[in-house]
Amino acid sequence: MSTVPYREFVDFPTSALLLLQDNQLRGNVRHATDVIQSKRDRVVREMPDWQALRDSGYAIRAHTLDYLDTYLEQFADRCTAAGGHVHWARDAAEANRIVVGLARNATGRVLKIKSMTSEEIGLNDALLAAGIEPIETDLAELIVQLGHDRPSHIVVPALHKSRQQVRELFARTMNLPELGDRPEDLTEAARLYLRHRFLNTPVAVSGANFLIAETGGVCIVESEGNGRMCLTLPRTLISLAGIDKVLPRFRDLEVMLQLLPRSATGERMNPYNSLWTGVHPGDGPQEFHVVLLDNRRTEVLRDQQARETLHCIRCGACQNACPVYRQTGGHAYGSVYAGPIGAILTPQLASMKRGQSLPFASSLCGACYEVCPVKINIPEVLIHLRGRVVSAKPAGGLTLEALAMRAMLWVFLGEARLKMAQRLGRIAQRPFIRASGWIEWLPGMLGGWTQTRDLQPLPRQSFREWFERRPPSGGPE
Amino acid sequence: MTEASRARAEILADIRSANRRSAALPPADETWETLPRAYRQTGALSPADCIELLAERLRDYGAGVVLVAPHQVADAIADILRRRNQSSVLVAPDVDPAWLNSAECSWVRDRPLSYEALSGVDGVLTGCTAAIAATGTLCLCHSDSSQGRRAPTLIPDYHLCVVRAGQIVENVPQGMRALEPYRNQPITLISGPSATADIEMTRIQGVHGPRTLDVAIVV
Repeated sequence: MSTVPYREFVDFPTSALLLLQDNQLRGNVRHATDVIQSKRDRVVREMPDWQALRDSGYAIRAHTLDYLDTYLEQFADRCTAAGGHVHWARDAAEANRIVVGLARNATGRVLKIKSMTSEEIGLNDALLAAGIEPIETDLAELIVQLGHDRPSHIVVPALHKSRQQVRELFARTMNLPELGDRPEDLTEAARLYLRHRFLNTPVAVSGANFLIAETGGVCIVESEGNGRMCLTLPRTLISLAGIDKVLPRFRDLEVMLQLLPRSATGERMNPYNSLWTGVHPGDGPQEFHVVLLDNRRTEVLRDQQARETLHCIRCGACQNACPVYRQTGGHAYGSVYAGPIGAILTPQLASMKRGQSLPFASSLCGACYEVCPVKINIPEVLIHLRGRVVSAKPAGGLTLEALAMRAMLWVFLGEARLKMAQRLGRIAQRPFIRASGWIEWLPGMLGGWTQTRDLQPLPRQSFREWFERRPPSGGPE
Repeated sequence: MTEASRARAEILADIRSANRRSAALPPADETWETLPRAYRQTGALSPADCIELLAERLRDYGAGVVLVAPHQVADAIADILRRRNQSSVLVAPDVDPAWLNSAECSWVRDRPLSYEALSGVDGVLTGCTAAIAATGTLCLCHSDSSQGRRAPTLIPDYHLCVVRAGQIVENVPQGMRALEPYRNQPITLISGPSATADIEMTRIQGVHGPRTLDVAIVV
């Protein structure tokens, strides 16, 4: 993963604390997530077979990962047979090199369709470094690009911007001093700004929502029509896709195309889905490349307890449902992938060397699992990754926390020791119990707990003590 | 080994070692057949209810919908195009010549036209390969015998699509089944006019694709 765009990131608690002070950001994030979530709930409720679809979604994705080598080879063979060129990239640098090499013949600029994967590898920076200007064509991505900003949500990357801010940005960068601030005005400005670029730019770079092994085809799901423009008008099309994006057969789309739009934008179907296979003489790009990106996905695959992370179809439903994301927004995660899925995907794609604080950025409430259309058990993966983060800490530097945990283990392992600890605890807690009956403040490290919540004191009697002292009865009643 | 084929070999080897697959594992095709598919794959509505549902869902997206009898298609098309001020309309290959009797409108064929020429056309008239009622989706397949090239259905700002009753299915699995024979061709699924909600989650109709979509359902 590229370290360039997010190098200032320290850890989640630090950036979250900073972002929580931005009231406008919080208002925007809350509004956007509320809107999408209520739309999603409405269109999911009207599907009597939603749970069966989720089960199928899970099964298809798990099956695909089990046979990933077979399906990728099949995809590559069929795509090539249909006139496409397939490239394999082990990491971000290799993928960037391939795309830049292919785009070099372009006239200094390329069109781009919103793609999380291209964000992941820092493709725009690589293109710029080679003297090629990437033109983002998705409205939100255009806002992010013109404002030298960062996406904050998988599906609506500019949700942190208000329309007044967008108006100012467009008025300045598109030289439109008279521009109004109704969403219609801003959309119209983007249409005019991009139209001649669509018609005159010879190369486009896209992501891919699904690759179909059976046909060697690609599927792209979108709303605005910028995708169709990029997939249809340029002479050369380059599609960048993670190796996890493959589906076995054309028929599997009948599951994914029901799950994805309803989960992502709360629509029964998004306005445009495009499917194509290689090159079609006389129609669309006459040169077509697919870049298959690993970038540590095979490492994720290796971890039996975390590999279902790769089921993800990037709908963003977990972000909208997450009580943590809804407070902080996406930037607090310091990574391309934010929210619950980002909390599990980011550290794994960085071999647990970055984003170690992210698996802890969750209350484990399970809302993300509930809404995930392909049933990724995110809370379970979060706990597993917390374990990996802790066990990866150097054994030599014993922290206070680790010592305390070991002492706890020793206490819990002996009944007499536990009884003694409970007795001591009851005495030690006395000065801290308030009139309310709660502990509201604790000293030192323990204060971390009481900073944001009250603590119930240890009860006068434990269950074991009560059991031992209960009056003898005449047997079961 | 070239660098490119080395990358391919390494990624595939990494996948195999990560999967630790036993040699006894059944072939992918066999396992795929056993995947659970308990979701709805057949329809439950009558043809009349299907038409009603399609019309409702399309209107929900902001598309204009009219129901016409088979002998009135040409008049209906002329009427719609007049209301939308369409003076030059590109005609897809699958359009029945009998539908084109409007005197006010000049019909344009894709010979094929350049993008500049397509930009000068007001709108496009096509049929469809299938229409999915539950999601209000029009399925276009792009070939000379069906809805033609992709660009003509994209560049003009207006799209009128004629749906025959027999092309309507109830749900997505039925729709994908109808598209299966065309799976190697470009396919575009259209559900309402282009739209965005990127600014303050306000749905705005019409960004880059045709900003106005009308559908005539022949019943």
